[in-house]
Amino acid sequence: MNITEKILAKASGKTTVQPGEIVDANVDTIMIHDLTGPLAVEAFKKIGTEKVWNNKKVVVILDHQVPAESIKAAELHKTMRQFAKDQQLRIYDVGRGGVCHQVMPEKGHVVPGTVIVGADSHTCTYGAFGAFATGIGSTEAAAVMATGKIWLKVPVAIRINVDGKFGKYITPKDLVLNIIGKLGVDGAIYKSAEFTGRTIREMSIAGRMTICNMAVEMGAKNGIVEPDETTRKFLQDRVKTLPDFAALGSDKDSTYEQTVAFNVAELEPQVACPSSVDNVKPISEIGDVPVDQAFIGSCTNGRMEDLRLAAQIMKGKKVKDGVRALVIPASMEVYKRALTEGLTETFTEAGAMVCGPACGPCLGGHIGLLAAEETCVSTSNRNFIGRMGSKEANVYLASPATVAASAVTGKITDPRTLEAKQ
Amino acid sequence: MKVSGPAIKFGKNIDTDVILPGKYLVLVDPYDLAKHALEGLDPDFPDKAKKGVIIVGGKNFGCGSSREQAPLALKYSGVKCVVAETFARIFFRNAINIGLPVIECKGISAAVDEGDELSVDFEAGTVQNLSKGKSFQVAKLPPFILEILSDGGLIENLRRRMKK
Ligand code: SF4
Repeated sequence: MNITEKILAKASGKTTVQPGEIVDANVDTIMIHDLTGPLAVEAFKKIGTEKVWNNKKVVVILDHQVPAESIKAAELHKTMRQFAKDQQLRIYDVGRGGVCHQVMPEKGHVVPGTVIVGADSHTCTYGAFGAFATGIGSTEAAAVMATGKIWLKVPVAIRINVDGKFGKYITPKDLVLNIIGKLGVDGAIYKSAEFTGRTIREMSIAGRMTICNMAVEMGAKNGIVEPDETTRKFLQDRVKTLPDFAALGSDKDSTYEQTVAFNVAELEPQVACPSSVDNVKPISEIGDVPVDQAFIGSCTNGRMEDLRLAAQIMKGKKVKDGVRALVIPASMEVYKRALTEGLTETFTEAGAMVCGPACGPCLGGHIGLLAAEETCVSTSNRNFIGRMGSKEANVYLASPATVAASAVTGKITDPRTLEAKQ
Repeated sequence: MKVSGPAIKFGKNIDTDVILPGKYLVLVDPYDLAKHALEGLDPDFPDKAKKGVIIVGGKNFGCGSSREQAPLALKYSGVKCVVAETFARIFFRNAINIGLPVIECKGISAAVDEGDELSVDFEAGTVQNLSKGKSFQVAKLPPFILEILSDGGLIENLRRRMKK
């Protein structure tokens, strides 16, 4: 069995499972947030059970519209706080947590080999730690909170094997955009995307999170990386007991529907052009694209190494006149480290605005929405029509290095050329 | 379980941000959500859907976010069923869980013009285009999913099951 099959077999009390089989799995952890949570709470109340099946396993995070930007949002937050209080759930409120997918592993809620569901499509991010993690809707979240179980079809798996060393200013974001550009937005629909190969093994946790985060952008049910020493290093002070990683890994004779090979050695910066995540081009082919806004943040690229990279490029430079740059650390932990490492100063000196941890413009709900005909270059994960505000706005997705370079020049820019000009 | 009605057609990769933009996620009344259903693609959609329609979609219908407000907006705008080449998985589950019937049917896009009268029989696994006299046999949904749909959604289904 491969790692996903092993996890699903264990969770459903079986010794083996086959792709296509429907299993009734025990859920280890569930996460709900301020936009999908209120509906889940309402549905939970309708079911008629008093208490959630296990209050240690339900995590509530306020991150999408924080701090509340409207009375409506404030009411929703109030509902969530009350629910967490009544049910005695762990809640990460304003100023305590940050973007759900960053907070979950940081705070030790992600354990390799477990089944995690979240009322958010990017729940697949936790596959970076070797967990089976997938997004669900609010009603289903209510059902899980009531029963602790979920039916799942064991997915067919594809293996994405990555080799080669990244060039300067080329990042895991460029790799995952390249993969999605090749496989398409439905390239892994219903499937498990298992990322393997030397490049993945050498990659940091942050990079693996960026890649698994975007697995859903090619339709995958989950993205997953086998846990290793890198995983252990990140989790050891956050999780009480870690499972045996060796037993979790994919067996040598695991079957995959397909194995696709990628090599990053010659990769140039990649950009997903409007309005589909698979509309990906190497930066040399996109021509002259002036930008109005540059956004560095989100659950895809709001981590320390993303901010360090962006700061390295922006240090001593200024955000181009007419461009607004927003930097949003993905969590309070990242926010505080950015302060102590002086990154916040670098950004603010450059003329960027650094906001408190939240989803920000990523979903066009709060902070930094776009007007008609404006263009944003963003480190987030979706560029759909209307995603960041006006449906006549354009969103380009790129790496933190590319977005930082673009903020400085005012148009989408290869970070390597910026350096060459100095 | 059977549904019928005129078809409204959409292309491939119809994402949840166009089905229901993020800025409306603070709305709680499903009828308020319905007023904005698919407005990014067709501002008149909620009006057209009122009479009870079947959406015909291409590949990967409902891709993107896990927002259940997307199928809810469709259901309350008057959509009786979505037939698509393939669905994004979260949308597919959400639709069933809120009691909006969805069914996969390969080749449906090419076989339907806007306004054609369609009929879907879930137990039999058939999708018919009555206007063109075409019929498709599709993979049937598993019995427990049909049960959720006929109960009107997962919550109703759970209530019934937990009472037992
Ligand atoms: S940062 Fe964006 S993609 Fe991530 S959870 Fe928030 S809204 Fe969703």
